[in-house]
Amino acid sequence: MKLHRSSGHLTLAIALLALPFIIDALLGHGWVRIADFALLYIMLALGLNIVVGYAGLLDLGYIAFFAVGAYTYALLGSPQFGLHWPMFVTLPLGALIACGFGVLLGAPTLKLRGDYLAIVTLGFGEIIRIFLNNLNAPLNITNGPQGISAIDPLQLGGFSFGSSYQWMGIKIDDVHLHYYLFLVFTLLVIFVSRRLEDSRIGRAWVAIREDEVAASAMGINTRNIKLLAFAMGATFGGISGGLFAGFQGFVSPESFSLMESIMVLCMVVLGGMGNVGGVVLGGVILVALPELFRNAAGPVQLALLGKVVVDPESLRMLMFGLALILVMLWRPAGLWPSSQRRREFDADGSVLEQEQETVYDASK
Amino acid sequence: MDILLQQIINGLVQGSVYALVALGYTMVYGILGLINFAHGEVVMIGAMIALTALQALLAAVVAPVLAVLLSLLVAMAVCMALGYSIERIAYRPLRNAPRLAPLITAIGVSIVLQNLAMMIWGREYHSFPLPFTSTSHQIGGAVVNDVQIGIVVVALLIMVGLMWLVHHTRTGRAMRAVAEHPAAATLMGVDINRVISVTFMLGSALAAIAGFMVSANYGIVHYYMGFMLGLKAFTAAVLGGIGNLRGAMLGGVLLGLIESLGAGYIGDLTGGFLGSHYQDVFAFFVLIAVLVFRPSGLLGEKLAERA
Repeated sequence: MKLHRSSGHLTLAIALLALPFIIDALLGHGWVRIADFALLYIMLALGLNIVVGYAGLLDLGYIAFFAVGAYTYALLGSPQFGLHWPMFVTLPLGALIACGFGVLLGAPTLKLRGDYLAIVTLGFGEIIRIFLNNLNAPLNITNGPQGISAIDPLQLGGFSFGSSYQWMGIKIDDVHLHYYLFLVFTLLVIFVSRRLEDSRIGRAWVAIREDEVAASAMGINTRNIKLLAFAMGATFGGISGGLFAGFQGFVSPESFSLMESIMVLCMVVLGGMGNVGGVVLGGVILVALPELFRNAAGPVQLALLGKVVVDPESLRMLMFGLALILVMLWRPAGLWPSSQRRREFDADGSVLEQEQETVYDASK
Repeated sequence: MDILLQQIINGLVQGSVYALVALGYTMVYGILGLINFAHGEVVMIGAMIALTALQALLAAVVAPVLAVLLSLLVAMAVCMALGYSIERIAYRPLRNAPRLAPLITAIGVSIVLQNLAMMIWGREYHSFPLPFTSTSHQIGGAVVNDVQIGIVVVALLIMVGLMWLVHHTRTGRAMRAVAEHPAAATLMGVDINRVISVTFMLGSALAAIAGFMVSANYGIVHYYMGFMLGLKAFTAAVLGGIGNLRGAMLGGVLLGLIESLGAGYIGDLTGGFLGSHYQDVFAFFVLIAVLVFRPSGLLGEKLAERA
């Protein structure tokens, strides 16, 4: 059994290592870049999963932490201020500042429940974005809507992830290198998430999600534990943001709109809230799906109708919206729900019945 | 002084629109406990339909007043059908699903509607062909035009009508009963599904009127206009205490006032450091401050701790 498991892990490891080359060969270079983005989004989704999935706190402004991480990296490693601090300083610093913002958001909202919390987090995300958009006058800090460009690539020592290398006759491009870097970080985040899930803290989060009053009666310090959820989630967001800035070489407030927060939330819910595997699946699907539609929307119309009738860009988003609706209707608990959630859902509603105060049971 | 008055007038006009949209959010929330994220897009569709209907009617040389009324009615009818369908397709099947599932379908509906509108009406800004000139009046140094007066008056009438409907009709009593306790309402013979459909249709009709108002006020229609408006209206609903009709009205008007006063004075308050483009920040800060001290909004009842 043990041998079986470790050989499974080995296969998975080899598959993950070979993946960028397989993607490159089968689908083309652009898709490796998409895979990089998928990894970044998986990190983000896993961070949000802590807040929404474990602790049950609906956060609609999560992208703000991503923005904080990205702008920290960008400001400290670009010609904007002429600073070129190394990645091993800016990344942790970005994570730390994001963590601070997480506490800043968490502290005043501790008393809020459900949808009130959702709108406050949403407002917080918008506030951060508006400040990024407007802090170019009277003192130019963020360069406003133009954003910050020429950001230093991710570098460790003399090794830059932003250039190509020749190694044993194989050419390794920057997208491949970034893939491996992001893979390491993603695996780290997955590892931390999994360990947290079964820890004392993780169980406290779940207890708060299920019933805050009961949790506090059981001696859980709900204030600190909730703050910790915000802080942990924000930290992951900050790291991911720093990597994003280094990878793109360019950041602007446009990348941190409310729609992005919503996308990350969709990854968490659609994949399966509270389940690391489900969230990873959600991230992969929601990054890949729009790209697939992008490639399909134009040519399919050409093949079927002989000309492009509908703007492929809006058709792509239309199909994406439909896919969101259909998947949720088909699997309301998410594609790959956590075992606990599945049990709740399968228990012919009796557990859910106690939890929900909506109208469903009366309408049957 | 005239600036203050002008900003108050602008705030009241904007606030009336927010209030109408916020009522749609709050009615659905009161009954289903669900954020109808697609509501802002319904406003946009209402504006678009009104635009097309108005253009067609004016081209067919219908009397201006009749054209305005007819296009408004058409927009309301289409939006009611839309609201009904959204509930049937995206929300009803998920009534006993986890709480966040309908939120995701709502986002899906919102994306679909936005892109449908983009396909049909294009990406460009359309000017809204109001068939009469709107005269401006001077009031103590401030300017107000006919359209703005109309918006505030109509919004007021609608709100009074809605309160009457909810508190003095059979349907309204059924709505309140379902909001209070769905199971008990069923036992008393209330058809819950019908009540929910009626609620969605009512909210969507209000959304269509609001869409018409915004378009008439700014003279511009765009496929993206629903998103920010919906967001603001939802904020207003929460500010007033979501689920509470009076709260939505109060929240809407307050948010409108806060925004326009904030835009007018934020520069002076911060010594010119923050300009008027921070008006949204101002609105959200006030929202957060209110919720910190009153966690369930201005008029919201204290949420019962979950049993």
